[in-house]
Amino acid sequence: MKNPFFSSLAEFARGRDERRFSIEEVTRYFLSRTEALNPSLNVCLSINQNAVNRARQIDARLVRNKAISPFTGYPVMIKDNLEMEGYPTTCASRILSGYLSRRTATAVARLLSLGVVVLGKTNLDEFAMGSSTENSAFGPTRNPWNPARVPGGSSGGSAAAVAAGLAPLSLGSDTGGSIRQPAAFCGVLGVKPTYGRISRSGLVAFSSSLDQIGPFAGSGADALEALVAMSGKDPLDMTTVDRDPAEMRSGYQSTEVMGARIGIPEALFGEGLDGSIRERLKDLRDALSGEGAREVSVTLPHSRFGINVYYLVATSEASSNLSRFDGVRYGFRVKNPADLRAMYEETRDQGFGDEVKRRILLGTFALSAGYQEAFYRKARKVQALIRRDFLEAFERCDMILTPTSPTPPFAFGEKTGDPLSMYLSDVYTITANLAGLPALSVPVGIDSHGLPIGAHLIGPPWSEGRLLKMADRIAGLYPMPLPELHAGHADGFSEGGRR
Amino acid sequence: MSGRSDTHLREWEVVVGLEVHTQLLTKSKLFCRCENRFGAPPNTLVCPVCMGHPGTLPVLNGEAVRLGLRAGLAAGCRVSPVSVFERKHYFYPDLPKGYQISQYATPLLTGGGLRIRTEAGERTIRIHRMHLEEDAGKNLHAGIPDRSHVDLNRAGVPLLEIVSEPDIRSPDEAVDYLKRLRQLLRATKVSDGNMEEGSFRCDINLSIRRPGSTTFGTRVEIKNVNSFRFVHKAMLHEIERQIDAVESGEKILQETRLFDPVSGRTKPMRSKEEALDYRYFPEPDLPSLVIDPAMVEEERSALPELPEEKVARFCAEIGITRADAEILVAEEGLSRYFEEGLSLLRSPSSDGDAFRKARERWTSFVLSEVLREVNRQGEGVLEGETSVGHTVALLGKVLSGSLSFSQAKEVYGRAVEENKNPLALVEELGMVQLSGDDELGLLVESVLAENPAEVASYRGGKDRLFGFFVGAVMKKSRGKANPEKVNEILRDKLKG
Repeated sequence: MKNPFFSSLAEFARGRDERRFSIEEVTRYFLSRTEALNPSLNVCLSINQNAVNRARQIDARLVRNKAISPFTGYPVMIKDNLEMEGYPTTCASRILSGYLSRRTATAVARLLSLGVVVLGKTNLDEFAMGSSTENSAFGPTRNPWNPARVPGGSSGGSAAAVAAGLAPLSLGSDTGGSIRQPAAFCGVLGVKPTYGRISRSGLVAFSSSLDQIGPFAGSGADALEALVAMSGKDPLDMTTVDRDPAEMRSGYQSTEVMGARIGIPEALFGEGLDGSIRERLKDLRDALSGEGAREVSVTLPHSRFGINVYYLVATSEASSNLSRFDGVRYGFRVKNPADLRAMYEETRDQGFGDEVKRRILLGTFALSAGYQEAFYRKARKVQALIRRDFLEAFERCDMILTPTSPTPPFAFGEKTGDPLSMYLSDVYTITANLAGLPALSVPVGIDSHGLPIGAHLIGPPWSEGRLLKMADRIAGLYPMPLPELHAGHADGFSEGGRR
Repeated sequence: MSGRSDTHLREWEVVVGLEVHTQLLTKSKLFCRCENRFGAPPNTLVCPVCMGHPGTLPVLNGEAVRLGLRAGLAAGCRVSPVSVFERKHYFYPDLPKGYQISQYATPLLTGGGLRIRTEAGERTIRIHRMHLEEDAGKNLHAGIPDRSHVDLNRAGVPLLEIVSEPDIRSPDEAVDYLKRLRQLLRATKVSDGNMEEGSFRCDINLSIRRPGSTTFGTRVEIKNVNSFRFVHKAMLHEIERQIDAVESGEKILQETRLFDPVSGRTKPMRSKEEALDYRYFPEPDLPSLVIDPAMVEEERSALPELPEEKVARFCAEIGITRADAEILVAEEGLSRYFEEGLSLLRSPSSDGDAFRKARERWTSFVLSEVLREVNRQGEGVLEGETSVGHTVALLGKVLSGSLSFSQAKEVYGRAVEENKNPLALVEELGMVQLSGDDELGLLVESVLAENPAEVASYRGGKDRLFGFFVGAVMKKSRGKANPEKVNEILRDKLKG
């Protein structure tokens, strides 16, 4: 998390403007740290070989001109399902091997236009399908807090990057919890914005109606600025909504713990939740009440169908979205197939991993003639009820508090043999995607085994600013220690490089 | 119908519905900004969106929506205030995303219809629906053996699919419906309707049943029949095939067949069991299409005169027969040419009678000479040296009496042939009409002198011989004589 130069975006901007460091210096620091730690953590799938050049160019410009934004020169990592023109985008899948992107994702392009330096692209579960980053074709990412544990997923690489101090900011994508669950597992802040807030153009689609891009950052204030920079109507994505991103800043400024109405769905704090997490959240609830927040009991009766609905809607859309990976135009194609059908079958059989195939099969089934009514269409109806539950609850509270994950970070292999228990990792986060709502996970300390715990806040549409302010207040209550990192190669960074 | 008597055919009723896919005349494709144009080198009008690259999203082209609306309004369809794009899934190399974005449960337009007229009479063919969808690319198999190539220039080109109700009862009706539909699409500038380039394609759904039956027979779909002649042929063959099958006790299979233009037969493509499950579901990348009522009104009031209305106007204003009016209106270019000619002839100084006469001459000239050349050489003859301006000037010579009508026809034909300005040709050929009393008087007298017996008969009361004398004088003048003058002088001299 910490680095020798700055501890927040604002501090970075000040240091840069006062010339306490150069962008090249900062960029080189993070690149060498990544070089040192990546062999053991497997956070990055590719490093931007052009990063130092870009840093130099920015430094040169800063000699004459003032920085146009706090982000000018700021180091960022992006999940490898976000596109950057001319760079590989693998989605951690064999089927995209050799593929170079033809465009840059709008969210990334907006940050680049402010001057960020992209350091590299981070590991993920193949096509963002998974909750542990174990489904990557390029091997799992390790949790910086404990290398025997998963970092969560699917944006495990981006969460671990910020946790391990390889970048102060990273981008992920969240379809059912893929930002928030790894944020909780890695002890960092991760935000999924309201559906339609950030353009999905250049995000390789998993489930189009649920996917959103969002940041991992050291604080709510930093995440807020990243969100504002990336948000807003995009002519390339018709599902983006035309709202002023600055509303998030006003939301942030106008929110305080005192008087906040915190919705508590009591049912979600009971069975199935790890004891230490339950205790920590109880502690948090007491602390918030102590500071003047008011608990409001809410019920979300249809949320218990969340997992079922999610695995019908998301797999249906995924089966459709992944049809384009057919070996015809780009990426992997088997050599010398017997005929067209064999080319399709063998390319997709060898190109996709097991979890991706499982979801394509599920989704294809759910959309099939004779089953669509019972599965896909029924799921859409229940999805509407889940959203209605939330909107009704938000008439009585400002935000809802739940755990982010039912368990602490689990061990490698612990759930890979049992897809259902893996799917349950997202039981608390999935409903925010189904309802299109903004939500975040904020770290609330570590448990007795030294593993991070996350608290989950869900807000009404467009309330990201409010949630982020509350997250900063909560984080203030639980100062996080630093993960003990062991570099694959002994060098100055394993411990001594950090303050 | 080969080998089958009409009586026999009357024992069966043919039930046909047509699905037409027509490419819209938009500048760009339906979901990206690539140019929508036929005939470019393969894969030069493509981008990551229409090539189905990862991370790309469709952005709806508003112009396509407008053109769809316009076609629908022209055919009297209802506009759906909200319609939904859906994904239709199947794997094929020319379909980049593995699905086609189309409209399914909620199309943009429903209802409406087209009036058709065949020898069997006049009827309305109802339209079931019209919806927007994207075209696929093309697989190219020519050239390198053992390899296929894919051209994605056409992928994402906007299509309007127009589905008729099963109201069509014969091949003639089907062809007339298609011709009128194409006419409508051209008149409204929705599509160029060019069948050779694939911008107007037709699938036929055909079944047979006993007349008076209220249920339908088993339907067979014939795919991609790409000319009016083939539609006619394919239907005749398919009707015969189905009648033969049913009469010999076989069942008609619900299947998709392909028409083979070479053999003139249809052959099985896939059966109902092999039918694809398209797994339609609403396209999550596109919000529902909400139509602004103001846009509908704008399109409605901007509709040009429709072919049907134009036919009625030509009949009423010019007093030509319905059949002639239909011929003029059938070809958009010819009818524009015709009307431009009329307005050129309507000079402010000319009185009503003179204009009426000019109009008659022009109508007959266009319907005979110009139409013949258009049919022979294409619509190019309506421009250039034989443009409407030049042709009207030629006709002006006839109206002023300095050229005979038959001379004008001859000159026009040669002008087209040699690509010359007809007036220049008149000068070049030294063509003048003989209208001088003296010259014509001499001609008439010599004809009368050569035919004394006929003169005697005429004077004895055989009035019908008048035409014979006119013909003989014209012949002697090699067509140069002014026929009206000839009439006048003949009448005068024969009296004597």
